[in-house]
Amino acid sequence: MFGERLRAMLGEPSVRRSASPHEFSTTNPVRPTRVERVYCRPSHALSQFFSSTSELNGFPLLDLAGANQANISFITEMGFRLYSDDTMRVLEMAFGRGPDALENQSDPDRVDRFMAATLDYHDNQFCGALLWDVLQFLAPPLLQEAVDQLYRILMPGAYMFAIFHVNERRPEVSLYSYRIADAKSLVLSARNETRPANYFTNSAIEKLFRRYHYVKFFLTRDNLREIIVRR
Amino acid sequence: MVKGQIHSREDLTIDGEVEGTVELAEHRLTVGPNGRVQASVKAREIIVLGAVHGNVEATDKIDIRKDAKLIGDIKTARIVIEDGAYFKGSIDIVRGEAAKAAAAEKRPPQPAPAPVQSSLPQTSPTPTAVGTTASGIDRAANDAKR
Repeated sequence: MFGERLRAMLGEPSVRRSASPHEFSTTNPVRPTRVERVYCRPSHALSQFFSSTSELNGFPLLDLAGANQANISFITEMGFRLYSDDTMRVLEMAFGRGPDALENQSDPDRVDRFMAATLDYHDNQFCGALLWDVLQFLAPPLLQEAVDQLYRILMPGAYMFAIFHVNERRPEVSLYSYRIADAKSLVLSARNETRPANYFTNSAIEKLFRRYHYVKFFLTRDNLREIIVRR
Repeated sequence: MVKGQIHSREDLTIDGEVEGTVELAEHRLTVGPNGRVQASVKAREIIVLGAVHGNVEATDKIDIRKDAKLIGDIKTARIVIEDGAYFKGSIDIVRGEAAKAAAAEKRPPQPAPAPVQSSLPQTSPTPTAVGTTASGIDRAANDAKR
């Protein structure tokens, strides 16, 4: 039943390793391999994010992953007013793609254009933000500015959910699209491999969010590290 | 390019450039793949295949197709968005009366409050998460409850 829901959510048949009936079961998460492109797994960080913000429905919530049907339906059904933005696409529009893209992130004009296009919101506007893995693709000066802007636009006590890759030695990481299956699980689709701007250790993440109240780490089975940050 | 206000009493397809306002109270607006609309839009149903820059209100449904681009705030009862579409803005789902009634039917019945027994000693109310700290978010939640 969950598999049917997942397929309906994706709107297409998924690429799978096997036809196991547990392929999409939340209680039997399948460890992803290079050939598997779509899988579903529990997310304790997401679960905690929504349980922490559940009393705030009616307030604005920011999603930086770009609009998709699953996330829109889930978030609006919870009663949040959803603000959607596609930061990865804005990043590409502001800094281009290809080998120069990372270098372009130190161009002040382009940085201003990027900030105006993606995090130009009022102070204390949001009760929560879903950052997904966006921060990994911002080079250090831009990254710090983005984190500072997030601090400004989030209410005191607001929560953020973010994902970082664990493996620091790989030159390229999978670029995923993330869909919320329910409050406790995520559907991840690996689109392609790309070079991140940063690799983060736990202490680097803590340092990045030093202005915030706390950072909580959640390890997953698929080389991703999920975090919850409280403003 | 068409500049000004468009009111229509029938379904309309825009496949060129329009700037201003577009209102089709009870009808469907389709912005075709070549459509470039810079306007606030109101209609019963809105289908976007091209680009819309402006606030959009649909009493029934908004359908944003693959490769479409919509920048603006959306107010609608239902929304469908295909992968590949670009959307930046807020989404306000306005539940119609029928949807509200259906949601109310789905909700489990609330248990009746337990009778107060005056012989029992009074206990202090259990503090909840909201309001236990002085953070802005808790204050905002309390304000919303009021």
